Parts: sequence; structure tokens; C-alpha cells
Amino acid sequence: MTSVLISGGRVLDQTGERAADVRIESGRVVEVGAGLAAGDGDDVLDATGCVVTPGFVDLHVHLREPGREDAETIESGSRAAALGGFTAVVAMPNTEPAQDSRGVVEFVRAQGAAAGLCEVLPAGCITVGRAGMVLAPFAELVDAGVRVFTDDGNGVQDPLLMRRAMEYSLGLDMVLAQHCEVARLTEGAVMHEGLCCSELGVPGWPALAEELMVHRDIELARLTGARVHLLHLSTAGSVDLVRAAKADGLAVTAEAAPHHFALTEEELRGYDARFKVNPPLRTKADVDAIKAGLADGTIDAIATDHAPHPADEKERPLSEAPPGMVGLETALGVALAELDVPLADVVAALSWKPAAIAGVADRHGRPIAPGEPANLTVFDPGAIWPVRPADLASRSHNTPFAGRDLRGRVRHTIFQGEPVVRAGVAQK
Amino acid sequence: MKHLRSIAEIGPDAVVRLLDLTDHMAEINRRNNPRVPALRGKTICNLFFEDSTRTRLSFETAAKRLSADVMTFTVGTSSVNKGESLRDTIETVAAMGVDAFVIRHPASGVPWQVSRWTTASIINGGDGWHAHPTQALLDAYTVRQALGRTGGLDGVRIAVVGDIKHSRVARSDVEVFQALGADVTLVAPATLLPPVAPAPATDRLDDVIDKIDVLYLLRMQRERMHEALVPSLREYSTRFALTPERARRLPDHALVMHPGPMNRGVEMMVDPAELPGAVIAQQVTNGVAVRMAVLFDLLAGAGSAPDLTAEERP
Repeated sequence: MTSVLISGGRVLDQTGERAADVRIESGRVVEVGAGLAAGDGDDVLDATGCVVTPGFVDLHVHLREPGREDAETIESGSRAAALGGFTAVVAMPNTEPAQDSRGVVEFVRAQGAAAGLCEVLPAGCITVGRAGMVLAPFAELVDAGVRVFTDDGNGVQDPLLMRRAMEYSLGLDMVLAQHCEVARLTEGAVMHEGLCCSELGVPGWPALAEELMVHRDIELARLTGARVHLLHLSTAGSVDLVRAAKADGLAVTAEAAPHHFALTEEELRGYDARFKVNPPLRTKADVDAIKAGLADGTIDAIATDHAPHPADEKERPLSEAPPGMVGLETALGVALAELDVPLADVVAALSWKPAAIAGVADRHGRPIAPGEPANLTVFDPGAIWPVRPADLASRSHNTPFAGRDLRGRVRHTIFQGEPVVRAGVAQK
Repeated sequence: MKHLRSIAEIGPDAVVRLLDLTDHMAEINRRNNPRVPALRGKTICNLFFEDSTRTRLSFETAAKRLSADVMTFTVGTSSVNKGESLRDTIETVAAMGVDAFVIRHPASGVPWQVSRWTTASIINGGDGWHAHPTQALLDAYTVRQALGRTGGLDGVRIAVVGDIKHSRVARSDVEVFQALGADVTLVAPATLLPPVAPAPATDRLDDVIDKIDVLYLLRMQRERMHEALVPSLREYSTRFALTPERARRLPDHALVMHPGPMNRGVEMMVDPAELPGAVIAQQVTNGVAVRMAVLFDLLAGAGSAPDLTAEERP
């Protein structure tokens, strides 16, 4: 039987790191060990200088389909994901129509399967149409395979509705993921509320608007016992709140986006909307706090909040341009360039920790051992490469890292045993 | 100098140079035929995405007195809704051959975005809450002239009163006054200050009114009432308007300024015609000369000695 052989790399997973080759057959790892011999007709992937890890899992992407296929499709977003080393992505439900019914989530999942580049995991809405009024049918969506529920793009403003959502979720295999933003405090907001917005003459987005909802949902989790995941944390205060909640033993997890530990509000001084994002880029102190939160495990996962927007929309005046940045293809490179933590911790935050939060730990983020599903990422941790927007596979090129040098680049991605990225090139 | 987008961007030396050049322009404006050929052959496009009759007329007048060709394009928000993007608008007009754009836009930062899409000079005619540098220059010029100063404004005590947070005039005026060495105090409730104020602030006008050389009143917009920024216009006036009582406490030499249009009965509760220190009409007059200086500096080349003696012949 022909197999795929990943040759010459170092295997790094939750059990440790060692020099080893990996043989894959029929979608599963069959052999791990030094000096495995290639058989006739074997598909050999060179991993010299690379680490071989469980595939990455992104808890937070916007694939825009259905509704905004001019910005991204499930296929183009899946390709960007595979190139970034992701074998599974959680697709946010702010599509048109929203992912609040079995029909829509099944469509998204099927489009992902058709693209065949990574597993697309549709998130469900917490409320119907993300309107914050009526709970979405959680059980029906869980039956359809949904594990992550969120109104991302909007926070659930009504504290009673959020309490009910948590209580109702208790018997179901699901996690509630909150976009933490008290909307009344951010009306019209364009960027972080502080020195820069004062000088630039634009309305500010106060850190408090995030922290109030982080605090509220931690306390609701304490009250109800529900699992809660906090999306794209951006402030030092949020990190402190989550750290305290974890010390109290609450079932709270959190993620941070690469741009929130790499960039600050200062980027907006040229009024370039590529740097407009929600929650906004904040201060150096917040960046340092997010890094510290990732270093000590307060923040469980690195999630991109990949948010494609067409160029003409990002060229609108700053106050009118939509917030968001693409991130799938740059996440690893930003993380390795910016974070001063052991490589294994970066991989944990990109792979097995988010896999557990997304409810896919049976098939993603697995240890690399015989019998395990072969969803793997092979990357060169030392590769320095410049970000060229035109080279991105995403249909939109709104990266804030254009022209920067990143460190660490994906060489191969193996999804369900198949090399979907080889030597940095997507195979479909 | 390629652009005039903000005072902060050009720095104090350029400010003094422009104010000195304004003296020359003011001299031209006093002639019987206030027109020189300095910018003949140059094309200036006034691109106004927000209605502003006085700023537009002032720029048009300035350009014509320097013999430049002027196009004025007032873009209603409806045109934007028809689908043409800001970039397409700029690139279309620029393709007609434009040396400088004067841009007024309700969104902060548009002059910076536009300067990425054209090689023409950009003059900020007011962007959102952010900046209005020609207003700042004409205000600085008016203070310098009225107080008989040359050079800067070292030690001049200026109170800027009102809605600082939402005011491009306030941001640019504070920058220009501070660049020239003035001692600026902001007077406003905390709701009408930006999160980080650019100068020391107080909410007690009565504590500063007798210790200033310039009282600069900002326009108080009525829509601020709906945003819980002040309880009522009446309460605002009680605390922050120039009332007859406060006018009596102003030092005799103190100037009273306002960028217009004035809300009589809100921030201005006296008739400025009866205030000996009011220089509001001079601000408007000086606006033309300042804008001539800016256009000349940008389009005739920085550092070139201004030959402004020749009269335009018919």
C-alpha cells in the first residue's frame, strides 16, 4: 500500500518533542519513528528543518459564505486556512442568512467538505438572526454537529437572555462563545479610546466596554455552571478577569488574535482602515498583558478572527470602513515573531487547546501516534518571510502585516491523510 | 511643504513662515485691484463633501486673487450613495489635471487617505472632529495682529471654551497656539473633552475669565443635547457662555473670538458688536489672506521669495 511519509522532521505534540518520521495510510498515522524507509511509490514530504505537529484549529474565522462571496468563499477561506496550517476552522455565524438553523449550518459544512481543504465547523447563533431577542434552537443545531454558539459581531446585550442561554446549554454538548462588547458604550467607535483617538478626532472604544461583559459572563458562568468561551480578548483588564475566574475553577476559556498581541493603536495614525478591527488595536500595555496571558495559559487559544473585506470597503473613510483583518495565512508567522514562549506552547494554543474548546478533540489536535487521524501541520519555525498581500489565497487582502517580515512558515498541511498543502502550495 | 493636512504635521517654523507670508497677502487684499498672477496656470479643486459656505467662499476668493483656476465640487452624500467611492471621485477629478485639492469631509482622516491616491497637494479644509488647519492659522494670525505681536505668541493666555471633543477647530487651534508658545486652557465639562485632553482643562469659566488675553468660544451644537453630554442648553449657557457679567470681568485688552457660525443666546449671550475686544469679523477677513499664503506656499514652491508686486493685467 502506498503511503505518505513525512521525512526528516521533529515531531512535536502534547507528549513532547522528538526527531521522527511519520507514515500515513488511509487517513491515519500508522508509524512514527526515526529513519522510516520510503517504499516504492510512497509520497515523501520533506520535513528537514521543520516541526511536525497536530493540525491547527482556528476557533474564529469569517468565511462570508453564504452572503458575501465577493469578500471570501468557503473554498477560498479553506485554502487560506490550509496554507496557514489549519486543519479545522470554526466558521462564525454572521453570514446572510445567519447560521441559526439546521439548513444553513448543513450548507456551510457541505461547502467545506466539497472544498476538501480543511474541516469547516459551522458555529451556531446564540439568538435567532443574531438579533439578541430569541434563543436559537440549540438542541437542533447540536444534533446537526454544532458545538460552538455565538452571536459574534454582536455581544448578547441582554443579561437575562444570556443567563437563559447558559442555563439551557447545560445539558447539551456545546460551548457559548461571547463577543464581549457592551454596545451602548461603543456606538460610533472607530478605535481604542485613549490618546490616539483623542488626537485623531474619532470616537473611542473604551476597554471597559469589553471588560464589563467579560465580568458579567464570568459571573453568569459562576451562577449557572455553564461553559463559556470568551472571543478575541484585547485588554489587560480582560486578561486579569479571566485569570481570576480560572483560579476560581470556572469553566471559562479565552482566545486572543495575533493582531492583538502584535499591533497597537498607533498603527491608525495614518487613517488606514486596514488597521481597523473590532475589538480595536489597543495599547502597548494591553499587548504585553495578552502576551503574558498566552504565556501563563490564561488565554487558551490563538484564534485569528479572520475577517475578509474587499479593498474598496477598506478604502472608505475610517469611520465608515468595516472592521476586520484577514489572518489565517499569517497567524503562525506572527505568533512565532512576537511571542517569547516555548514553541510547544505556541503549538498548544494553535492546536490541541482550541481543538478541545471546539469539541473536535476526537479528530483534531491529536497526539501523533499510530492509529490517530492524520490531520497534521509541518512548518519551518525559522523561516523569515515578507507578507505580500497579492500572494494571499484569501479572496480579500486586508492584512495589517503587509510588508512585514514574519517568522515561521507552513510547508505542508495534511488533512484527513491527504497533503492539501505541499511545499507551501495549495494542492486544490 | 507638500500638503497642509494638520498643524502638527508642519511644525512651528512653517507656521511662522505662513503667518509672515500672510502679511504680504493682507497687503495685496488692501489694494484697489487685489489680484496678482502668482498662481496663474495652477488648478485648484475645492472638493466639499460637507456643506460649508464660508470656508468654500474663502478658499475660492483666495485662489482667484492669486489667479489660479478654481473648480468647486460639492458632493452631497447622495452621490456617495450612488456607488462612486471616494477614491474613484478623487482619481477622476485628478485626471483632469489638478495641482491642489482643498478637501472638506465629515469623516476624520480623509485628507490622509486621499493623499495616497493622487500626487496633488492636499489642503485640509476640515475633516470630521479632527483638524481645520487654515482656521487655526487665521486664528493665530488674528491674535498676532490684534495683540501687535511679531513672531510667536509667547506667554499669551488663551482660553478655548466649549465642545472641545467634537471640534476640529479646537484641536487645530490648540496645536497652533501651543506651537507659537501660548498658554492654552480648555474650558469645558468632562463630557465635552476628548479622553486625553491636549491642554490643561477646567470646567469653571469664572475662574479664568479675568486672567486671559484671548477668549475663544466654540460653537455649541444643539444635537449634543441628545447624547447626554450636557443636561440642557440653558445649563450650558449658565456655565460656559459669554454673558454680560463675564464680559465685564474680561481684561480690557482681551480678544473675543469665534469660528462661526455663532449661536446667539447659547455660547454668545452678548452682542459682539458691543464688545471692544471682539475680532470675529477680522477672523473672516484674515481667512482669505491666510488661505492665499497657504496656496502660494504649496504651489509656488516653498522658500521661493514671494514676488507679489505685479498686478494682474486684464
